[in-house]
Amino acid sequence: MTAATRTIAIQCLRYHPQTDSAPHWQTWDLPFSDDMSLLQGLQHIKDELDGSLSFRWSCRMAICGSCGMMVNGTPQLACHVFLRDLWPGPVRVAPLAHFPVLRDLVVDQGAFLDALEAVRPWLVPVRERSLDDGPHRQTPQQLARFLDQAQCINCLLCHAACPQVGLDAGFVGPAALALVQRYNADSRDQGPAARRDVLNAAQGVWACTLVGACSQVCPKGVDPARAINQNKLASTLDYLGLRPRPRRPDTP
Amino acid sequence: MAGWWRRHPAHRRYMLREASALFLAAYALVLLAGLVALLRGEAAYAAWRAMLATPWSVALHALALLFVGYHALTWFQVMPKTMPPLPVAPRHITNAGLLLSALLSLALLAAVWVAGA
Repeated sequence: MTAATRTIAIQCLRYHPQTDSAPHWQTWDLPFSDDMSLLQGLQHIKDELDGSLSFRWSCRMAICGSCGMMVNGTPQLACHVFLRDLWPGPVRVAPLAHFPVLRDLVVDQGAFLDALEAVRPWLVPVRERSLDDGPHRQTPQQLARFLDQAQCINCLLCHAACPQVGLDAGFVGPAALALVQRYNADSRDQGPAARRDVLNAAQGVWACTLVGACSQVCPKGVDPARAINQNKLASTLDYLGLRPRPRRPDTP
Repeated sequence: MAGWWRRHPAHRRYMLREASALFLAAYALVLLAGLVALLRGEAAYAAWRAMLATPWSVALHALALLFVGYHALTWFQVMPKTMPPLPVAPRHITNAGLLLSALLSLALLAAVWVAGA
């Protein structure tokens, strides 16, 4: 980090469940340099100004998906936005929308984790394979069918951006539904039948009204709006009894 | 969540996109009224056309054109997200192929036009 040359006001929504009856705003004047991310700014606040500030972070490089928060009303990864781009501020930092707040910027992801488990985000193999079968090969074309969706880091920015998630707590949500597409489109997977009930439900793909905010905020280019709305066609065909044939077991 | 759509520009654009469909529907109703007027005879059709020429109607149509234009723009933004993957490999979709199909469509349109004239 180079020497701090400017200061910016950080307004942060604070909440401590044991001492606060409601969240409240707290402001710090933060000295920053041009190469500092918002996450580094929050780390400076925690290290130098107020050690009680709580937030999640790990990798500092938009890979772990831990530091998602509302930055001036838009969900962003704190490590993925420079303070110089937010200057002159003030910057309003709040926990991710549509999630219960545990403390300060830390939210309870429980509802998402339940939805994630419900869509079986793992390979359901076409047939049981042993180590003797060797690697499970795919052509580059087969990989390209789901590679975009496989970039998801579960940062939940899309859930915070989606008004339908906020309006309907039972909505499976963009991240989990994008992962349905990621595994359903995988040539090694035979799970679409097992994911069908979650996908076709009123709170599955049909709760999406194609606002498109999920795809705009995604830091990894997953495009959940596309993943969800492609499945509306599949869901309709399924409703009409026109299910695609299951994949044939491939030869090792 | 009350008033959620007022809080973020992206949500306001979404609500504008959805609301612009109402103008599309209104214009369809105007056309439908014209068809009904046509069925009811020459006088009714002339009255419908006279109604269209009033300043209020022209202003409303100009407004509708604005919203329908916005609706069309958002349609192009949103439609690709709803399309299933093409059944052909991406390498078969070339600019030359797209240009050729556009030119063929235009030639077909011209042929129909000339045949009809």
